[in-house]
Amino acid sequence: MSRPLLRVEGLRVEFNLARGVLRAVDGASFDVQPGEALGIVGESGSGKTMALRALVGLLPRTARIASGTVEIDGVDVTAAGEDERRELRGRTVAMIFQEPKTALNPVMRVGEQIAETPLVRLGLSRRAARTRALDLMRLVGIPDPTRRVEAYPHELSGGMRQRVMIAIALSADPKLILCDEPTTALDVTIQDQILKLLGALQRDLGVSLVFVSHDLAVIAQTCTKVAVMYAGQVVETGTVDAVFREPRHPYTLGLLRSVPDFDMVREHLSSIPGSPPDLASPPAGCRFHPRCPFVQDDCRGAPIPLIELGGVRATRCLYHERCAEDVRREPVIAGA
Amino acid sequence: MSLGAYVGRRLLHLVPIALGVTILCFFLIHLVPGDPARTILGNQATDQRVALLRHQWGLDRPLPVQYGKFMGRVVHGDLGTSLFYGVSAGRLVLQRLPVTLWLIGFGALLSVLIAVPLAVIAATHRDRLPDHVVRAVPLVGLGFPPFWVGIVLLLVFGLHLGRGFPVGGYGNGFTGHLHSMFLPALTVAFGISPILVRSLRASLLEVLESDYVVTARSKGLPERRVLGRHALRNAVISTVSVLGVNIGYLVGGTLVIEQVYALPGVGQLMINSINQRDFPIVQGVTLVFSVMVVLVYLLTDVAHALLDPRVRFE
Repeated sequence: MSRPLLRVEGLRVEFNLARGVLRAVDGASFDVQPGEALGIVGESGSGKTMALRALVGLLPRTARIASGTVEIDGVDVTAAGEDERRELRGRTVAMIFQEPKTALNPVMRVGEQIAETPLVRLGLSRRAARTRALDLMRLVGIPDPTRRVEAYPHELSGGMRQRVMIAIALSADPKLILCDEPTTALDVTIQDQILKLLGALQRDLGVSLVFVSHDLAVIAQTCTKVAVMYAGQVVETGTVDAVFREPRHPYTLGLLRSVPDFDMVREHLSSIPGSPPDLASPPAGCRFHPRCPFVQDDCRGAPIPLIELGGVRATRCLYHERCAEDVRREPVIAGA
Repeated sequence: MSLGAYVGRRLLHLVPIALGVTILCFFLIHLVPGDPARTILGNQATDQRVALLRHQWGLDRPLPVQYGKFMGRVVHGDLGTSLFYGVSAGRLVLQRLPVTLWLIGFGALLSVLIAVPLAVIAATHRDRLPDHVVRAVPLVGLGFPPFWVGIVLLLVFGLHLGRGFPVGGYGNGFTGHLHSMFLPALTVAFGISPILVRSLRASLLEVLESDYVVTARSKGLPERRVLGRHALRNAVISTVSVLGVNIGYLVGGTLVIEQVYALPGVGQLMINSINQRDFPIVQGVTLVFSVMVVLVYLLTDVAHALLDPRVRFE
């Protein structure tokens, strides 16, 4: 395997709150090879968005990276200064956000917003930047770009706005695009269009994706590799195929079983009992143990390390075999 | 609706507002004790003499009749004749209007020039020393009344520190006005800029946490551009309205400042005329002031709409 484009090792993100330190991300590790698409899946509050924003130094004011390494294209981001991080943003790593309505500047024409990175970062002339904006709008499938280039964000539909965001992300030919729930705020039909567009761009332009979502179907459609996050930790990694077919962490299993099943493989739609823990005081041992159907005494003791299962597969469960057995008894995916 | 049509319709709103203001002002001033005929003729004058003058000026007619006559003239652009100067009240007001407009315009400009950098410094250093200083000092300043600030500025810059600025008057020509009006305008700015700083700082802080600022940063733009093109450009939208409201207030505040700096403006004319019970001038000035306030608000709304493409003219 070549050198990974993105390598994250033991990433910790902390918020300083009045009632103590909140660890939003607690030891996340994953990597992305050039041209690869990694999905990060988890419930809201599992730390996936913060992990993503930490990668490029765009954490909220009250949060900071407490420890860990983030390496993008050979540059150690955590050790780099703000100038170096800014240099990476836009040109090497771009971002797409959940809510295109608020992520676009409401008082700037969309053409200007797309042309801004080429103008400021690539040093293009005004005219060349505008031409580039028009080309990008065509590339992301915005009809009638010569008219839309003059539009303000509020004059476009949600899907068009997200296409504008994608055009902005692509505007300086980045190697990696971080997508933070890019389809959550959109209608289901539009969702599908945007996912297909992102898939096509990844294939045709060879750009790598990190795709954060709570929606397993979205991850399955776009990614080859997946990292499942729970309570700030990565609890399972592997190829999408392997993880979805035979989850080796009870949380992943719970997530898969709570997706409505239209192929009628399963008889029941189940949900995970309880709710995610308070990140300011997470449970000892395995963080999932209070909600786990397979829980044993030693799950409540020492923190569980990530156990390598060969290849890109790893789990943070001591009893992953039981989990796998359970799936064999009652499969979660059609044809498995 | 186009901008032109919008402005036209808003100008129509001016008619009922001006009507209301004139009614209020007309009856209020007649409630004030004191009689212009008695003031001009002196205490020794016989009651017959006073009554005769009152009859000449029409002051012995019922108030509604007097108001009707007044409005009849106003519609024809005639504010009446000054009881004391014997010339057209409208001419007198118009002659002095430029001074007051200078004071308001220059004062507003200075307050923006003071407020914007301070607000940016405060917002970008949130909860650190520069922020605390910027928040505390103007608050103290806001506690001083403008007439006191004006006198202190006069003493310090006009008299003690090299006499760099005139202590009164309006000056000649553009640079002369600029020079003479600097201290009065600064007094105005001291009154308004603390409010502007607070408003702009608050909206900047809100905008700096917004998603589109994160987007701007994710483009790897220099922080200067993130602040100027994205954050400030959005933050000023709400502050423009605050500025408008305060300029509206300021129209009344010029009365005091013109008095302190001996500026021959409308405010000074107003104070003299009230003392002399020169009814036509007082009414004329009030009318002009109310029109000015309404125009300032209209200008504010237009500026707001031009700054924010989401606003529709309705």
